[in-house]
Amino acid sequence: MTNLVEISDLNFGYNDRLVLKGINLTVPKGSLVAIMGLSGCGKTTLLRLIGGQLRAREGSVRVAGQELNHISQRDLYALRRRLGMLFQFGALFTDLSVYDNVAFQMREHTTLPESVIRDLTLMKLNAVGLRGVQSLMPSELSGGMARRVALARATALDPELILYDEPFAGLDPISLGVIGQLIRRLNDVLGATSVLVTHDVQESLKIVDYVYFVSEGVIVAQGTPDEIRASTLPFVHQFVWGEVDGPLPFHYPAQAIQNDLGLREG
Amino acid sequence: MPLDATLRGIRQVGDRTLRIVERVGATVAFLGLTLAQSATSFRRFGLVIREIFYAGVQSLIIILVSGLFVGMVLGLQGHETLQNYGSEQSVGVLVALSLVRELGPVVSALLFASRAGSAITAEIGLMKATEQLSAMEMMAVSPISRVVAPRFWGGVFSMPVLAMLFSAMGIVGGFLVAVVVIGVDDGAFWSQMQAAVDFRHDIVNGIIKSVVFGIAVSAIATFEGYEAPPTAEGVSGATTRTVVSSSLAILALDLVMTAFMLKGWN
Repeated sequence: MTNLVEISDLNFGYNDRLVLKGINLTVPKGSLVAIMGLSGCGKTTLLRLIGGQLRAREGSVRVAGQELNHISQRDLYALRRRLGMLFQFGALFTDLSVYDNVAFQMREHTTLPESVIRDLTLMKLNAVGLRGVQSLMPSELSGGMARRVALARATALDPELILYDEPFAGLDPISLGVIGQLIRRLNDVLGATSVLVTHDVQESLKIVDYVYFVSEGVIVAQGTPDEIRASTLPFVHQFVWGEVDGPLPFHYPAQAIQNDLGLREG
Repeated sequence: MPLDATLRGIRQVGDRTLRIVERVGATVAFLGLTLAQSATSFRRFGLVIREIFYAGVQSLIIILVSGLFVGMVLGLQGHETLQNYGSEQSVGVLVALSLVRELGPVVSALLFASRAGSAITAEIGLMKATEQLSAMEMMAVSPISRVVAPRFWGGVFSMPVLAMLFSAMGIVGGFLVAVVVIGVDDGAFWSQMQAAVDFRHDIVNGIIKSVVFGIAVSAIATFEGYEAPPTAEGVSGATTRTVVSSSLAILALDLVMTAFMLKGWN
């Protein structure tokens, strides 16, 4: 199976702070791969590097055979027409209706007649179960509905690669299950490849093919969902089962509390 | 140490000056980028029409009402002063020249910056904060050409029309006070105005000023929105900067243009 995304020896940082260190990662075509880790561990940065929104400091990021570190703006935009991205809170265009949001890319990038765009848009909305809200504005949708509309928009041009940035954040249990199943189903039906960045372990392990765990900018574990569930690595065990004690400390590093409170020993 | 304090003061003034110059340079560079990516706005002129509606048509009420009141005040003050010299029949000339040359372009631009400029900044800033601009980039659509340029041109096209309407409404206000209320002869009011107002030197110069103000306000408003930090505080600060910077730019540009226009451009 060929890889749609290949990352090797990647280093990336903001100013002097190195956020990602020596990352090696592959995403085979047709698979759904999750990148997991705590908030602030660098997983969203990794997704932005795959989407070409950031450039690596060192190493290589290849998407669909193209090296993104040296890609021109024109080639990057051409590549992005083959990508779809679901943002954390949907990022729907608030001045456009649900229908216009989903039709946006078709109008921008194709010369399809409006009647064809209408049929395709309604089919995309139907696939996420929201054909009935086509005339509403994004402000009239619940969080879960907005995420589903954004999913319809992200798949509007049947992308080869779909990137998901925290798709489960802030959703109720029912919406969370619906979004999870939609992500899996769309990946399979469209024959796409998906990269999912999340810290929602239980929902993700139900739908993904492979998992990378990132902690403090390095990949600390990887494997299939069954391997991850059975892992005895302390970090993975703590993360998967949500334990308070483990290699990840509860307290952020700080000086002794006696010093902060001005107490003297003895 | 007085010397240290003096040096610190000089350094602070220097820092601030450099920051202002840097900001002006960045705004001009952004204006260049906007102009370079304006093809979409003219190819799909509906995008600009929509912005003319939001920036121009929705500013009509404040422009017309303000113009009426300014004209009325000019009529009152003009009559009060001119009657000391026995020239109260010339009040129409005073009202028209004040409005067409100065107050029309300047006051309508100040109102436009407060009403439409701040709205443009807030809208673009919020689009950035909610990742709508990033979403657009990921769809291979340039936010400069799709979001910024239509708003810029909407402002540029709206401004001269608003200034002309402001001046026309002001003349009506001056007429109501001077002729209808005070009793100045209406024939003298209109005929002296017609004789004194020159199309090229008064009306065209006023239009030139309002076009320049439209460019300045629209460039500042779009730049501040696009560069706003993606937080509530960031957008609020950007909105304030738009109003302050636009107002100062309008007054400074007015001084420069007035000097050239009175002396002639050669």
